[in-house]
Amino acid sequence: MINAMTLMGLKLAAAPAGGENAAEKVFPPFNPDYFATQVFWLLLTFGILYFLLSRIFLPRIGQTIEERSSRIADDLDAASRMQKEAEEAEKSYERALADAKAKAHNVAETTRQSVDAEIKVEMDAADAEASKAAEAAETRIRGVRAKALANIESVASEAAQATIEALTGKKPTLATVKKALN
Amino acid sequence: MIAAGLDPIGQFEIKKLAELKIGNFDISFTNSSLMMVICVATVSLWLLLSTKKSLIPGRAQSIAEVSYEFIADMLRSSAGKDGMKFFPFVFTLFIFILFANMLGMVPFFFTTTSHIVVTAVLALMVFAIVIVYGVWKNGLSFLKLFWPAGVPIAIKPFVCLLEIISFISRPLSHSVRLWANMMAGHIMLKVFAGFCIMLVGAFGVVGGSLAGILPFLMTFALTPLEFLVSFVQAYVFALLTCIYLSDALHPGH
Repeated sequence: MINAMTLMGLKLAAAPAGGENAAEKVFPPFNPDYFATQVFWLLLTFGILYFLLSRIFLPRIGQTIEERSSRIADDLDAASRMQKEAEEAEKSYERALADAKAKAHNVAETTRQSVDAEIKVEMDAADAEASKAAEAAETRIRGVRAKALANIESVASEAAQATIEALTGKKPTLATVKKALN
Repeated sequence: MIAAGLDPIGQFEIKKLAELKIGNFDISFTNSSLMMVICVATVSLWLLLSTKKSLIPGRAQSIAEVSYEFIADMLRSSAGKDGMKFFPFVFTLFIFILFANMLGMVPFFFTTTSHIVVTAVLALMVFAIVIVYGVWKNGLSFLKLFWPAGVPIAIKPFVCLLEIISFISRPLSHSVRLWANMMAGHIMLKVFAGFCIMLVGAFGVVGGSLAGILPFLMTFALTPLEFLVSFVQAYVFALLTCIYLSDALHPGH
């Protein structure tokens, strides 16, 4: 394997027009002289880097990322909890508001009803008084009218008596005139 | 001197900075090792400064968190929730490759991922984890991976053969994809940029500058493309790793 590589390396190394002793050079990546040192230093440096990364740096980065994401999740939880609380507060406020409104409405209603009742009572009383007064007035009017009617008869009889007296010179009695008029 | 600077392969050369040996193995500290160390240091510095654990992230912290979520989402969506135990591994792979690729885009910086050995080790690491974890967790039923359900029995052996071949060729394609992309991109950049220099050398400063406009524009256009490739290849490598790991977790498909 290595021999084949070296051969290939020799062929390749002959191709580039380099320095004067280019033909003697081995194509560097295939030079077996330096295989051991490269493998050794690669394993050493890679091992050190692996150790540093796996023990120190990667846990540190991972921890930071995890802390942040858990912090964000916590904050989101708290935010949603607070939002829920706010919603509940709003709901209870609305409930209280509705209660107060209903109560106010009730108070207004009862007040209105009592006022209405009072008004009605007073109105009834006033009505009754007025009708009583009207009745009294009517009876009086009736009395007056009857009296007046009666008066009219006597006035008419007297007027007729006077007229007859003036025409005939004879004065008839009231009763006669009345009889004649009726 | 100019010729050496123009050599598009020269940038992949490894130079020893300090000799080091364990037994027969030469493990000298090289420019490649230096870039790997710089890569790890850059990543560490970035994360050290950007992970302050503040609740409201700043710009730097957001980038770190976005990268974290990006890889985590990718792993979760392709390997499921129990795939998250591989998260540090996948994240390390992605970040290491991404930074190695990106640092390689800095002029005069060496690109570690432009060497097949490096990408092969990374790919074999994934391959080994898939096999070891798959067998450890599922036992023999891990072999169901090669015996897919819901396939007519007549063509099942054939499908099984294909599955085995594709499974074995995984580390190869996984590593070569990253390596070839990184290497080809850097060679291309170097070639077109080198054209400008060569044209100046051939036609003088005025003529060469005029003639060099085209390769210059090409380099100009290729640079952002290479940045994109750097990211996409790191992403693809990590994504394929997730998909392979999903096989280890759920071999029955």
